[in-house]
Amino acid sequence: MKELLSGNEAVARGAFESDVKLASAYPGTPSTEILETIAAKFPSIYAQWSPNEKVAYEVGVGASIGGGRALVTMKHVGLNVAADPYMTHAYTGVNAGFVIVSADDPEMHSSQNEQDNRFFAKFAKIPMLEPSDSNESKEMVLTGFELSEVFDTPVLLRMTTRISHSKGIVEISEQTTGPDRKFVKEPSKYVMVPSNARGRHVIVEERIEKLKKFSDETPLNFIENNGSKVGIITGGVSYQYAKEVTPEFDYLKIGFSYPLPMKKIEEFINSHDIVIVVEELEPFYEDQIKAAGFKVKGKEYFGNIGELSPYRVAEGFKNAGVIDEVKLAGIGVEKDMFPRPPVLCPGCPHRGAFMALKKLGVAVTGDIGCYTLGVMEPLNAMDTCICMGASIGNAIGMEKVKGSDKGTVAVIGDSTFFHSGVTGLMDAVYNQSNVTVMVLDNSATAMTGGQQHPSTGKTLMGNDARKIDIPNLCKALGVKRVKEIDAYDYDEVITCLKEELTAEEPSVLITTRPCVLMPKRIMDEPYTVDLELCTACSACFKISCPAISASEETNKHGRPKAIIDESVCTGCTLCAQVCPPEAIVLKSQKVEV
Amino acid sequence: MSDINYSILIVGVGGQGVLLASEILSEVAMNFGLDVKKSEVHGMSQRGGIVSSHIKIADKVYSPTIRYGQADFLISFEQAEGLRAMDWMKKDGAAIVSTTKLIPAIVTSKKEYNYPLNAIETMKTKAEKIIAVKADTLAAELGNPRLVNTILMGVLSNFMVFPLELWLDVIRNRVKSKFVDINIEAFNKGREIKLSSVEV
Repeated sequence: MKELLSGNEAVARGAFESDVKLASAYPGTPSTEILETIAAKFPSIYAQWSPNEKVAYEVGVGASIGGGRALVTMKHVGLNVAADPYMTHAYTGVNAGFVIVSADDPEMHSSQNEQDNRFFAKFAKIPMLEPSDSNESKEMVLTGFELSEVFDTPVLLRMTTRISHSKGIVEISEQTTGPDRKFVKEPSKYVMVPSNARGRHVIVEERIEKLKKFSDETPLNFIENNGSKVGIITGGVSYQYAKEVTPEFDYLKIGFSYPLPMKKIEEFINSHDIVIVVEELEPFYEDQIKAAGFKVKGKEYFGNIGELSPYRVAEGFKNAGVIDEVKLAGIGVEKDMFPRPPVLCPGCPHRGAFMALKKLGVAVTGDIGCYTLGVMEPLNAMDTCICMGASIGNAIGMEKVKGSDKGTVAVIGDSTFFHSGVTGLMDAVYNQSNVTVMVLDNSATAMTGGQQHPSTGKTLMGNDARKIDIPNLCKALGVKRVKEIDAYDYDEVITCLKEELTAEEPSVLITTRPCVLMPKRIMDEPYTVDLELCTACSACFKISCPAISASEETNKHGRPKAIIDESVCTGCTLCAQVCPPEAIVLKSQKVEV
Repeated sequence: MSDINYSILIVGVGGQGVLLASEILSEVAMNFGLDVKKSEVHGMSQRGGIVSSHIKIADKVYSPTIRYGQADFLISFEQAEGLRAMDWMKKDGAAIVSTTKLIPAIVTSKKEYNYPLNAIETMKTKAEKIIAVKADTLAAELGNPRLVNTILMGVLSNFMVFPLELWLDVIRNRVKSKFVDINIEAFNKGREIKLSSVEV
């Protein structure tokens, strides 16, 4: 049977067919849909959101040691968080199979960097698979579990946004039966005290030698001969781009990409006049091939920034002199087009917080989530955003050196707070920082689509869960000044912020309005503009609400008055609160003339 | 082997239903027995940003994305976005554009940005086959503004070899049961759009 599946859905299907017992993750674009699909379609797999990737990884390790196959998924930067268990997991190896999915984001469609996680395979000496479409994504999950058990190692499945979010036809198979393994006490393998770890390191090195041999033998690394003098070494989505542009060349397609199939590569290079390596982001293959003493070309034609595309590959081949001419251009890019940046939704409770922060002119250390959009025009109310949970640590450091005269406020979402903000807050208390932390609690992991987390009261699989109470958690950490506030009350937010900024101890302000989109769409009575009263002052334009735009009516200076799209206005009231002539009124209260 | 080789780019703004439209088209192609790949980027685009979906249909498809200047069809749910995406079109390709205007807050709040005065007329100066569809009005007449995507798929279906029943089957499977009838009506409305000056 065939199904049209995204790479992520195909990984979920592969987990099912592999008889995975446990899947764990923290949501992160472009990996999120893997666990969502598992929870929605394959209830035989126990699946959970963990508070962060490190915990998710450790849960998976426990399942594997306990005898059940485990799948752990994350975005590329998530593996930074999980790197601690990941690196040592290479030493312990597995009991039942273990596959980690790292979904990288070349081009940073929804990420803070575009690190190439293929280096993590080499770094940890963990074998890696790189699918180039949905069908391979599914197949490589099955292969990954087999390899994991045969070679006693975790296996890294490295996806990219284009693989995760593109759909293709997948051949569906039946569920297989995983190994029948139980937990066996084996501290020399699983307890990494130095005396045991030294022995395990030897095993890692022996294993990598076996894997090198496997890499040369496996059909996952295959040659397509078309009788060309030009040979292309490529893997992942780059293979598809190159095949699209020049199907006539010869190909060495890498599917098992760490360790590389050096003998196959040598034969391929020796049988071609020119060999070009086509890979997205860093020269991961290229540098290793060159270090082995072979002559290839690659990055000088393609660069290491951003996503590749059929266009960029064609351009590179043209510059390499292996194709004559390409029809590179289209009709032409329309100049002077306006941008359409992502914005906070109409009624988003984060808007009130950023309006207040902008007004006060404080330094705002930011974090990762929808609220990072507070940096955008015209709110312009964020000064740092580095990684998950960084806001609080950043604020502590900023405040210790008195970096900002007007004070420093750390802004962090609820899910991000659980992910890695809690330890930052602990630092603030322990090291007697005066920071003000705003937890923008909208009761969802909103940016990735509204996933559950420790205080939403539900698990990924839909079961009821005990809600972890954020105010009490902060108090338990030793914060004395903890206050819940309404982000729709602009004056209250400003008053509370002013008060906490002068406090000589750490304080936490928690905004409690839920996300307007999930779990339920909130649509209260919409507001409307009384054009008789509107003076075209533009105060409401500056709060950056997609429901507010310029009307065709102008004031005597020709400036546009405002209009509210009542079909998307949620009735949050913020624009009405900042309207000097009080021209923004509830629809039902507007006096019709 | 067939000689069918379609590249379709669907563009719009977050929340307009671009992804459902591309799902329907892809499934029709798969059920017809062809290889199909489609690609789009989720994430930030859900917050009012641009959404685009590439669909490629042939006996064997490699790249899930289209090259500039290679789209046979450009389907746009919003007129300025149609203009913005024209670089992807083949010169002799066809564009099906909803006359919908969605003006973002940034254009309102910043003087340096302007929404194009007449995006569709500008498109017509760049390529011949530009089909402007008042999909908003049609959808409103049918009683549901969310039908814009199905109407545009109906227009597109006129240009493709896939039989009507195949489209309707996929719509029946894909759309919630209580919305099936209205979606089929919307699809047929799109199919009725006169293609006087347009041949592909």
